[in-house]
Amino acid sequence: MTADRAPPKVTALQWARSNLFGSIGDSILTIVAFVIFAWLVWVAFDWAILRATWFGESKEACTRGGACWAMITARWEQVVAGYYPQAQLWRVALAMVCLAVAVLPIVMRRLPAWAVLLAPAGVIAALALLSGARILPGVPTEYWGGIMLNVLVGLTGAIFALPIGVLLALGRRSELPVIKAFSIGFIELVRGVPLITLLFMSSVVLPLFLPSGMSLDKLMRALTVVTLFSSAYMAEVVRGGLQAVPKGQREAARALGFGGVRTTALVVLPQAIRISIPAIVNTFIGLFKDTSLLYVIALLEVTGVIRQALADFAWLGLENEGYVFVAVVFWIACFSMSRWSASLEKQSGARVKRPVEEPA
Amino acid sequence: MGGAKGLLAQSALVVGLVLLAVWLTRNAGVNIEARGVATGFDFLGREAGFDISQKLVRYGPTDTYARVFLVGALNTILVAALGIATATVLGLAAGVMRVSRNYLGRLLATTYVEISRNTPLPVQILVWYNFALLAPPPRNAIGVDGLFFLTNRGVFLPQPTFNGAGGFAVAGMVIAVVAGFVLAAHFRKRRTETGESPNPSWGWAVALGGAALALLLTGNPTGVDVPHKEGFGFLGGFTMAPALLALWAALSFYTGGFIAELVRGGLRAVPVGQGEAARAVGLSEGQALRLVILPQAMRVIVPPLASQYLNLTKNSSLAVIIGYPDLVAVFAGTSLNQTGQAIETLALVMLFYLVCSLSVSAFMNWYNSRSAAWATPR
Repeated sequence: MTADRAPPKVTALQWARSNLFGSIGDSILTIVAFVIFAWLVWVAFDWAILRATWFGESKEACTRGGACWAMITARWEQVVAGYYPQAQLWRVALAMVCLAVAVLPIVMRRLPAWAVLLAPAGVIAALALLSGARILPGVPTEYWGGIMLNVLVGLTGAIFALPIGVLLALGRRSELPVIKAFSIGFIELVRGVPLITLLFMSSVVLPLFLPSGMSLDKLMRALTVVTLFSSAYMAEVVRGGLQAVPKGQREAARALGFGGVRTTALVVLPQAIRISIPAIVNTFIGLFKDTSLLYVIALLEVTGVIRQALADFAWLGLENEGYVFVAVVFWIACFSMSRWSASLEKQSGARVKRPVEEPA
Repeated sequence: MGGAKGLLAQSALVVGLVLLAVWLTRNAGVNIEARGVATGFDFLGREAGFDISQKLVRYGPTDTYARVFLVGALNTILVAALGIATATVLGLAAGVMRVSRNYLGRLLATTYVEISRNTPLPVQILVWYNFALLAPPPRNAIGVDGLFFLTNRGVFLPQPTFNGAGGFAVAGMVIAVVAGFVLAAHFRKRRTETGESPNPSWGWAVALGGAALALLLTGNPTGVDVPHKEGFGFLGGFTMAPALLALWAALSFYTGGFIAELVRGGLRAVPVGQGEAARAVGLSEGQALRLVILPQAMRVIVPPLASQYLNLTKNSSLAVIIGYPDLVAVFAGTSLNQTGQAIETLALVMLFYLVCSLSVSAFMNWYNSRSAAWATPR
């Protein structure tokens, strides 16, 4: 490529000529696109900012003709944390810090090997903090909700799914027929069905399979299903990474006298996971978007909170505001993660050969 | 792993799975008995007793659960087919625009792609559903009497009808079109290989002529059922409920963004020289894209495209949140609640999606092996 040659200097006029008015067709496209774009931006800006009402007790307060963000601000605590008790909200904040620590081993490079343990430790600490773990006052999971629940389910699912996915990916490449068949069967079964059928399963079928005295909390059931679901997608991502590790690496390790297990664990896997990190982030983006489905099984994540607000007589008919807000929250999170993943991909230069799929 | 160790690991897995299965089955047996729910698939023959608003085949409350499954599966296939068609067009347009020389075109396409890919599909479905309900009420319907109507109760469209020998007419037309297609493909192949063969358009002439012949022989049993105003509503024609419209729009918008990225990747995988060479031999920009660049990009695009189609089909299960009666809504929803047979209903629904995804995998393997045969060794 020509990356090492400095690009010729381009004046603004030249740029406009080649990028905006290259031909008659181009000029028409430019003008049409500009009009559409400017109009859309103006309408959105006018509605969402200029004529918006930010605070109020009910939609009666919104008289300026623009967006009625009062619905969001009036229910801010619920939007953030569901019906978690007000006095205990510090626990939600601390739990989010724990989750941030949990993702450190994925986000940061050059951490000591033991740092991997931060991931499960952080997630378990967050769950313990939120539930109370018999030390703090207990908060049943029915009270958990809002954006906090999306983040919790997304991250917990992804972090626990990764090791299972690694095992499944290794199993799929294994020479042992039973283990290979089991891995392929599990991966293809889970990837072949929509998440919503699995969530329905967690709410109506899973209780049937538990011993009569034992009942598993609804959130825990959903977490189990989300983890297993994303592990199948993680497995395919890691498999792509494993395929991208040069064969010579394994051969060299074997030549140095490493056994099969140590070759995989110490030489091949670390490289495979390093290569797959951008794809893992993409899978996580898909998973995070999918957490908006949880309200279908009556878990009050942020979409559910908004839908509850919309059913309230005080805020009736504010669907636009509600859905735009949810969309913007997800957009900010997903867009920044996708940029980050793209920059990681560029840095490493190594590209996973398989196209990355988002969970569906 | 050594032979003995491998054997041990595998036996452990098998034993563990069998034990787990036994434990789960016993629990399920106890629980199902305690709840007094029937087991087995006998319920499929029983009367379902509920109506479904959107259907492609005749269905009423007195029909069986097996019929409910058929109606739901056809509804899933309907919205998936509609969505796949429009998502492909949208994605292709946006993907080509993303690599266009025009900056504003690129910006517009990029904005679309980043919005559609980075917001959750359930939210998009809710937004489109909200839009669909903003259409005017039936008494102020937009449309032409006897042709189509757009209202907040859905879109009313003309529907072809077949009576008497209608089945034969349709079968005849299908055969004619397939035969014409095969003939055209054959002529085209002969032409590329030997240079002497009739014009491929003859194949299409055969298709048209055959279809006309089929209609003529069966005495043209077809008709068109048009919607017309009747009191406060509409009679006749085919109704697309707002939920169907919203789901269709959302699936197209969402998947179109993913397809656009595939198209962009595919276009970038074609060496720049190909486009330059095409221009140098005198093809116009559009011709170069259509005849030289896209066909080569297709090889990269098609395999992940197939899995996007599959994702769209699976995502159509989100229908349940706006009440479009797809397979999940009518079978894993209403039927499950009425019969209480959660395991059986969910298993059937999952089986349907598994069959879809396994057939797509089979297609992808076939396509990959075929395009590997085309590819020049590198």
